[in-house]
Amino acid sequence: MLELCAVTAGYDRARPVVRDVSLRVEAGEAVGLLGPSGCGKSTLARVAALLHRPDAGTVVLDGRPVSGYRHRATPAERTAYGVVFQQPRLSADPRLRLADLITEPLRATGRRTEAPTRLAELAPTVGLSSDLLSRRPHEVSDGQLQRACLARALVLRPRWLICDEMTAMLDASTTAALVAVVEDYRRESGAGLLAVGHDRVLLERWCDRTVGWGELGSSGAGG
Amino acid sequence: MAETAETVQAPRKTAAGTPAATHWHQRPARRGGTRTRALRVRTSAVLVAAVVLAVLVVPLLFPLDQQAVDLAAKLRAPSLSHPFGTDDVGRDLLLRCVYGLRVSLLVGVVAALVATVIGTAVGALAGALGGWADRAVMRVVDLFSSVPHLLLGIFIVAMFRPGVWPVIISVALTHWLSTARIVRAEVLSLRSRPYIDAAVSGGASRWRVAVRHLLPGVLPQAGLAAVLMVPHAIWHESALSFLGLGLPAHEASLGNMVNSARSSLLAGDWWPTLFPGLFIIVPTLAIAGLAGVWRERINPRRRSELML
Repeated sequence: MLELCAVTAGYDRARPVVRDVSLRVEAGEAVGLLGPSGCGKSTLARVAALLHRPDAGTVVLDGRPVSGYRHRATPAERTAYGVVFQQPRLSADPRLRLADLITEPLRATGRRTEAPTRLAELAPTVGLSSDLLSRRPHEVSDGQLQRACLARALVLRPRWLICDEMTAMLDASTTAALVAVVEDYRRESGAGLLAVGHDRVLLERWCDRTVGWGELGSSGAGG
Repeated sequence: MAETAETVQAPRKTAAGTPAATHWHQRPARRGGTRTRALRVRTSAVLVAAVVLAVLVVPLLFPLDQQAVDLAAKLRAPSLSHPFGTDDVGRDLLLRCVYGLRVSLLVGVVAALVATVIGTAVGALAGALGGWADRAVMRVVDLFSSVPHLLLGIFIVAMFRPGVWPVIISVALTHWLSTARIVRAEVLSLRSRPYIDAAVSGGASRWRVAVRHLLPGVLPQAGLAAVLMVPHAIWHESALSFLGLGLPAHEASLGNMVNSARSSLLAGDWWPTLFPGLFIIVPTLAIAGLAGVWRERINPRRRSELML
């Protein structure tokens, strides 16, 4: 279970973007978070993924409050999440070839030896051919790069997936393909999902339940 | 956002249904700019190559006794036997210029490297740690910057005996500040990118994030700062020697030579001042020219500030 308890977060203590928000995702559940642009839902997703320290409130992961955020969280806590961001261009290190990009978390956690096998499993799953794997991010399209970013998020077999506007930059067929990959992974592994987006139709088709930003008791809307 | 970009870029269909001829990625032609730049690159490259070759080869072919004087031949105007003339104690200026340039280049390159290493380390540390550590480090940088470089350099040099190493230390310790600022700004901008978030989420330690993702991103900027620093360091070495604080007076150094030429310049002998002066200016401009082209490569939008 992933629980956000009374989270207040932002980039300036005087003007928090997210105010007193609570959200709960059961194990294996897919929750869609709907909200207009700029309302703070990405910030909430970053808090949920332990990438941003909230000003107040806690994140409870499987019944235990997390030990910290960013590097203060233990590697085990951080790698419990697979995170996919909105803009693949910015979320890929421009110097890494796609193959290295996907397997970088394995090297970072000292599981280098698993890299070739995981890559061989994941590349066909997300639909990346072997010639694409040897290219660098500027040599592939946004859609192809987002496929690689999704593969990177799955490479450590996370128990939670946080998809922050994962498909906002993509065309319909790539969107469908990536959502299918996420759903296949969840069916196989039982991972929970927090999908953040503004596309009501997509999130309602994709997720078990969707929550509107307004229902979360936040007063930071429109900020 | 992607959709709007696509509709803007999509080829317009003509009435017949064939795509109209469109050129999307054509850059606007720069009038004359490319040719001038090519000329600048070529001239700079040839000059730098000639300088490096000269300081490597000439000392092997023509050894110089730094202390030898020939008072019978003092202050000869440039001629075939002495192309740059002789100084006030009859030493050949051409040979001393080349030897002086060798010392200047050595000081310039080593000092620039040391300063870049210090600046990159300090800047990266400040940027990566953030918070109060960042503020403390940057206040120290401000403190050092508030003292004029040369004054601080003189202070450092004055603590040691004259020689090459005190000059290198002095120049390095006064020149890392701008590199630290540049690297810190670059690290701050890289640090907030989502790919750093992705690395953190992938279990990367602080050290791994810094070494694998942040440092490679700042290296081009740091390298450029290093190259741009070489001319500065050469000027500083000359200035310190000119003030009599750099290398020992008998040693061939461009600053020493300009300094000792002051009296003869008043008597109308121009060559002991002109040629060492040219040896300071021309190589430094050539190095700066090459560095400027590199800067254009890295950051084409800042073209107007480049000319040095």
